[in-house]
Amino acid sequence: MKEFTYTITDPEGIHARPAGELVKVAKEFSCKITLTKDGKSGDCKKIFGIMGLAVKSGNEIVINFDGEDEDAAYDKISAFMKENL
Amino acid sequence: MKTYYGKSVFNGIAIGKTSIYQKREQQVKRVKTEDTEKEKKRYYAATEQATEELQVLYEKALKEAGEVNAAIFEVHQMMLQDDDYKESVENIIESQQVNAEYAVAATGDNFSNMFAAMDDEYMRGRAADVKDISERLLGILNGNTRAGMDTEEPVIILADDLAPSETVQMNKDMVLSFVTVHGSVNSHTAILARTMGIPALISTDITLDDTVNGKLAIVDGSKGVVYIDPDEDTLVMMKEKQKKEQEQKELLQALKGKADITLDGKEIKLYANIGNNKDLAAVIQNDAGGIGLFRSEFLYLEKDNYPTEEEQFAVYKTVAETMAGKQVIIRTLDIGADKQCGYFQIEKEDNPAMGYRAIRICLDRPEIFKTQLRALFRASAYGNLAIMYPIITSVWEVKKIKEIVEEVKKELEEQGIDFGSPSQGIMIETPAAVMISQELAREVDFFSIGTNDLTQYTLAIDRQNTKLDSFYDAHHPAVLSMIRMVIENAHKEGIWAGICGELGADLDLTQEFLAMGIDELSVSPGRILPIRKIILETNVGELKS
Repeated sequence: MKEFTYTITDPEGIHARPAGELVKVAKEFSCKITLTKDGKSGDCKKIFGIMGLAVKSGNEIVINFDGEDEDAAYDKISAFMKENL
Repeated sequence: MKTYYGKSVFNGIAIGKTSIYQKREQQVKRVKTEDTEKEKKRYYAATEQATEELQVLYEKALKEAGEVNAAIFEVHQMMLQDDDYKESVENIIESQQVNAEYAVAATGDNFSNMFAAMDDEYMRGRAADVKDISERLLGILNGNTRAGMDTEEPVIILADDLAPSETVQMNKDMVLSFVTVHGSVNSHTAILARTMGIPALISTDITLDDTVNGKLAIVDGSKGVVYIDPDEDTLVMMKEKQKKEQEQKELLQALKGKADITLDGKEIKLYANIGNNKDLAAVIQNDAGGIGLFRSEFLYLEKDNYPTEEEQFAVYKTVAETMAGKQVIIRTLDIGADKQCGYFQIEKEDNPAMGYRAIRICLDRPEIFKTQLRALFRASAYGNLAIMYPIITSVWEVKKIKEIVEEVKKELEEQGIDFGSPSQGIMIETPAAVMISQELAREVDFFSIGTNDLTQYTLAIDRQNTKLDSFYDAHHPAVLSMIRMVIENAHKEGIWAGICGELGADLDLTQEFLAMGIDELSVSPGRILPIRKIILETNVGELKS
């Protein structure tokens, strides 16, 4: 299992479009990918789960990877977060 | 003639016949069934068809409104295929042994209610997206087409609300304007209207019935008004206004990209005022030379607690980077008076306009001030930032600010955190600051005259009080001489002076300010190009002689 912590810098937070992109990237992997904010979690492969967290600019989130391809998923998603959010 | 009012999302004038957009709400009956497998298959097939339809819409929107606006249809596809949504539909079909239509309708309601209940305005707006995809599925399941717009001439669309897919499916050549009863400024309809550049009103107080359908109407986006069955005078007036706007638009397009230099070669900093980083698009569209007043209050007013250093840093950095090397002047926190913020717990005052506000709060509560300064100095490393302090009356205040700035820089240095060296100026908006402006000029890098407060404090007139209208003179000679004095004193000490209040955007005064030697004018984005026109046509030397 791997995880990384990230503070959202995009002024709009994880709104619909980046949530969609995040889901798209997450679905490339088989491992379980969970996003947690303030104790509430959502499955990164489900758009309603992510949007339901209403992650805003400045929020600290933790993304957790668990499964076979967790290393590859970690690399790709951490790069995605830094670049887009 | 009937007049209705709404909130404008895009300026401009549209004149034409109205047409009420009929949403064909899908009728859903709950039907018991034994064959739940069949219902699930119908649902899967409908999902597949809906996904294909959305792909077509995505490609259409991509061409018409660009990638950013089209992306919503990709998001809609994901919502359709979301596992939670799918499991909910399957579960309702199986556990209640009901038809697919009912299961989709119930799931759609549940999910859209979840968004509607969120405490974030943007997310609340997404409830409409969920409804939209559910309606699409229901339309396919019911075997009927969704909604229609039968028209042979371009019309003003009146609607309760419009889903993004409805907006994009309309034939753009047939739409003069949108007027909706509901909808939010962040709705995709509003965004699309802006992208398409057509006037649109939301939250309009109109009742959609036969008395307004198919009538001649005028939408005035700049005023947020729609006239149904306009009288002859209004029609003539609005046609004239429409013609002028069109001419103005064409003229101004020609001014884009030109440097703000007068006929005799003086370059003016022509900057924009903004109150939120969402206004950045307008700054760039109108070709501003920089940002002369970035009001940082929104960071505080939008929250229920003090914004953190990181939150502020992220916003300032975005602005600095977006403006790509152009100057961005950020004004430090200016709350108090008419802008109150609950968590600051400011005691009620008898006279808040002359009370605990702006720099006074910052100097009294340096921990709040320091957080903002740290964020500003750090963000300065990413672009051409400047900092401006509001409501200055004394030299000691500026000296105190400088001490605090030095402490902040020292702390950042000790912590090994990168920061830039922004230039620092003050707002001149009290008569006191005007009178001592030469001394103040020795302490700072620039002046920006805030004419709204300066006028109010000079004339002792509250501009919100309409009873005083006859006493109020926006061009009062006292205010104009003060501005002249500030510019002269700034120049004596070798710094520049600008105006960021409303007078700066007053086209009747632009030449007078240029003659006074003004170096910078900061105005709302929409005023940039009209002022540029005057600058390019003015010879300051001739004006003076």
